Amino acid sequence: MSDIGFVRADLVPAKPAPNRTSGAMAWAQKNLFATPVDTILTLLGLLFLTWIVPPLFNFFIGHAVGPNGTVEECRAIDAGACWAYIYSEMEFFIYGFYDIPQQWRPNIVFALGAMLFVPLLIPKAPFKRVNAILFLVVYPVVSYFLLAGGVFGLTEIPTEKWGGLLVTLIISVVGITLSFPLGIILALGRQSNLPVIKTLCIAFIELIRAVPLITILFMASIMLPLFMPQGTTVDKFLRALVGVTLFTSAYMAEVVRGGLQAIPRGQYEAGASLGLGYWQRMYFIILPQALKHVIPGIVNNFISLFKDTSLVYIVGMKDLLEAVKTKNDSALEWQSANTATTGYLFAAMVFWVFCFSMSRYSMYMERRLNTGYKR
Amino acid sequence: MTEVSATTQDRATPHMTVSKTNVAIEVIGMHKWYADFHVLRDINLKVMEGERIVIAGPSGSGKSTLIRCINRLEEHQEGQIIVNGTELTADIKRIDEVRREVGMVFQHFNLFPHLTILQNLTLAPIWVRGIPKAEAEATAMHYLERVKIPEQANKFPGQLSGGQQQRVAIARSLCMQPKIMLFDEPTSALDPEMVKEVLEVMISLAEDGMTMICVTHEMGFARQVANRVIFMDQGQIIEQNEPEAFFSNPQHERTKLFLSQILH
Amino acid sequence: MTTLDTGPAAAPRPSFFNDPVIRGIVYQLVVAALLIAFIAWIVGNTATNLAAQNKTTGFDFLWKTAGFDISFSLLPWTRASIYWEAFLVGITNTLLVAFIGIVAATILGFTIGIARLSSNFIVSTLATIYVETIRNIPLLLQLFFWYFAVLKAMPAVRDSIVLPLDSFINQRGIFVPKPIPDPQFGFVWIGLALAIIGVIVLRTWAKKRLEATGKRFPVFLSSVAVLVIVPAIVWFISGASVAFDPPVLERFNFKGGLQLPPEFVALLFGLTIYTASFIAETVRGGIQAVSRGQTEAAMSLGLKEGDRLRLVIVPQAMRVIVPPLTSQYLNLTKNSSLGAAIGYPELVNVFSGTALNQTGRAIECIALTMLVYLTFSLLTSAIMNWYNARVSLVER
Repeated sequence: MSDIGFVRADLVPAKPAPNRTSGAMAWAQKNLFATPVDTILTLLGLLFLTWIVPPLFNFFIGHAVGPNGTVEECRAIDAGACWAYIYSEMEFFIYGFYDIPQQWRPNIVFALGAMLFVPLLIPKAPFKRVNAILFLVVYPVVSYFLLAGGVFGLTEIPTEKWGGLLVTLIISVVGITLSFPLGIILALGRQSNLPVIKTLCIAFIELIRAVPLITILFMASIMLPLFMPQGTTVDKFLRALVGVTLFTSAYMAEVVRGGLQAIPRGQYEAGASLGLGYWQRMYFIILPQALKHVIPGIVNNFISLFKDTSLVYIVGMKDLLEAVKTKNDSALEWQSANTATTGYLFAAMVFWVFCFSMSRYSMYMERRLNTGYKR
Repeated sequence: MTEVSATTQDRATPHMTVSKTNVAIEVIGMHKWYADFHVLRDINLKVMEGERIVIAGPSGSGKSTLIRCINRLEEHQEGQIIVNGTELTADIKRIDEVRREVGMVFQHFNLFPHLTILQNLTLAPIWVRGIPKAEAEATAMHYLERVKIPEQANKFPGQLSGGQQQRVAIARSLCMQPKIMLFDEPTSALDPEMVKEVLEVMISLAEDGMTMICVTHEMGFARQVANRVIFMDQGQIIEQNEPEAFFSNPQHERTKLFLSQILH
Repeated sequence: MTTLDTGPAAAPRPSFFNDPVIRGIVYQLVVAALLIAFIAWIVGNTATNLAAQNKTTGFDFLWKTAGFDISFSLLPWTRASIYWEAFLVGITNTLLVAFIGIVAATILGFTIGIARLSSNFIVSTLATIYVETIRNIPLLLQLFFWYFAVLKAMPAVRDSIVLPLDSFINQRGIFVPKPIPDPQFGFVWIGLALAIIGVIVLRTWAKKRLEATGKRFPVFLSSVAVLVIVPAIVWFISGASVAFDPPVLERFNFKGGLQLPPEFVALLFGLTIYTASFIAETVRGGIQAVSRGQTEAAMSLGLKEGDRLRLVIVPQAMRVIVPPLTSQYLNLTKNSSLGAAIGYPELVNVFSGTALNQTGRAIECIALTMLVYLTFSLLTSAIMNWYNARVSLVER
């Protein structure tokens, strides 16, 4: 059977693929018309697009009234979105009733926040620890005095005047920074082998996670004043912050717990064998690893929190959504068929931009961490 | 590589018969591309019934892709593949026909984790061949005995070792009474001590005259049971020969290089 | 080598405060004491505050007349009803919107989740756009959009938009004809029940036959046929009929028909659309969690596409999908509390809103409200634990 012997003398050179496997035609064949059902779906999809895209385009751009338009144009019968309304009320949407001459103060807070926050997001940026301390400890204090005033010759501006995007951002940033340490403590407590502490933490976490945020906000806004000694008044803003922080900390605890559980036993044992005490072990060995693992989870929590801040409207706080709703309902000079829709769409776009970019960031970190694992 | 015990080595080859006339698989001038990448180039291969072929070659040479084309887990773009007289085209009926007659064993076993071992084995006979359950179970037990793990029948795949899982996977294919068996690196995901038990099952299959195509790095196995060893590189068949000649006297430079690397 | 003393030497007792057991007990005692002190402080403050406001406490108010209106209720409700009934109305309204929302969001979410995995570029892109848009916008904002910008912006009653089948849509909601089945119609329900039993019997029989003879039976088609034909025959024989009471425009409002209030419709829309985007992601993740190798193994065994999905892919994907899916259901139920912001009389609105304001029993009202959600949550997780224990894959 030596006839089966075969040796290739010349290698076959690579040929370009036939049209069926590469190029636009092949792509369409594979992704649009692979089977009869696919062809029908593609046609239905195209039909849907031709039905929905032109009106949407006309509403948002085509027939929309630009920033410099007038209310009369917005009231025209076939007018689209009334961007002029957004443009003219922009200040209110961002600052609420914050005194106009003092608006440089929130602006500084925004700028400082961006300057400290952005490097924190970049994995390769240096001075992480200093940066984090500045952002988490120094920045809130500075921001509070800048915004509230009453010291260093700054006019006092009560929290009732704060509003709009400013409030949305304050609540979410404060909520996340306060709930973070609280969540870590709760997660450690839940993992503890001391039964009293463990039970307390589990009860707190599960109770909070079982009920809607709105009931917690009600509780914070109605019951918190009752809990305090007679005569103390609790700022409305503070009540909402307490509610949001307690709520988020329970969810944060569950994320951190996931990270703690992912740490191999050997790490705990290695820490113990070095003679480190419980808190040293946690601080130097376990938490740095666990938290790194759950960055995507933390970011996702932040996205939820950012969206949930809109609920403070229900307990009478003035966030971005409230600002938009107030103007929609009360800005008579801008009343037209599309004013309310435009207002809500604007708010939706603002929320969307923040949440979408955070979710992309979380996905990016997830990929990065996964590859880090493989090595 | 694992040495297979002397006893099994002795009883190998003699009574294995290769048909001179019946063609099991014929591949003629076959090309395949992944998008713009030319993975398989001008493959010509004729496999007779009862033949046992080992395909070797460096990783990325297209070995796995080639056998996956034979039961159309991958689609080819040019040339012909004829299995048991049925040419593989986009026709789903023909593809099903071929797949019923061709068994395949994967590198990562791919047992169904939600079904017991017995259910894994009887699933296809019941739903594809329409065999009554009792009969399918009897056949399944027969093959489980053959791969020497009848006592595991009611366990789940997750409870078995890698070697046991791969033997179940072989038994699962055999339950369909295939005419041809394809093996896609069946031992490369196994711990060394488990390779032998899987190879022994494959050798006993070969002794029964099963037509087999194996992509494997087990050169001991190739020497012992193959009628033909095919060496592939860069998506093409570079050299093929009987195992003796192939290992003792490789012709092509690439074959020599490959063998020198793999045989120390 | 020195000889080791292997005698049973008692381990030296650690000094009192270094004994980990004692330390643990001390820590716990400290925490417990602090907690008790904190609670005592709060209770004391609350009592003083309530006394100062001349407020009483207790649940006796539950049996007092509520005296307010509830715009939408499945249970009988008058101004003379008591607070306990208001509580029940709140719960049923919450459950109503949650139940319909769950069914609708499941259907929409599964469709979109599967569409995201489609090999068809247009289908998968549209599904991706849906998911990425919807889940990144707060639910409350979406509710406002549906309620204020869409439904409340509908024309006044006089200028109602006429929909097909005698239906109308206006500022006050959607008005559809109300089906009024005659007494004979009960037979049709019995017929339907019989058909369902028949289908179960049919499926069991088909499975038995398959196992015994290997012959397959078109179970799905025949089930559909039984479900349609049996009730239809019963309907025909019994001569049952359904009258429709269409909404009729009178001077100020529609009379007759079935009114779906805009609050309900907006909440249902919002919850369904929002939750569906999360369910879609769950479904996509579950299907992707089944490795490609499973499909290939099923293919190489000759299983046809329908069987591959039904016997191999779906059972495995469902194990991954069900736990997060239930937590989405729970989320939807909790999120239905946002109905309070657009005036849908669900539990929070009725009880932690109106009832609380009228009685001033803040602690009692909020506690009862939370207790209801806690019960939902505990029930769900009990069911989930049972399910997980039953289906989890056996590993070594």
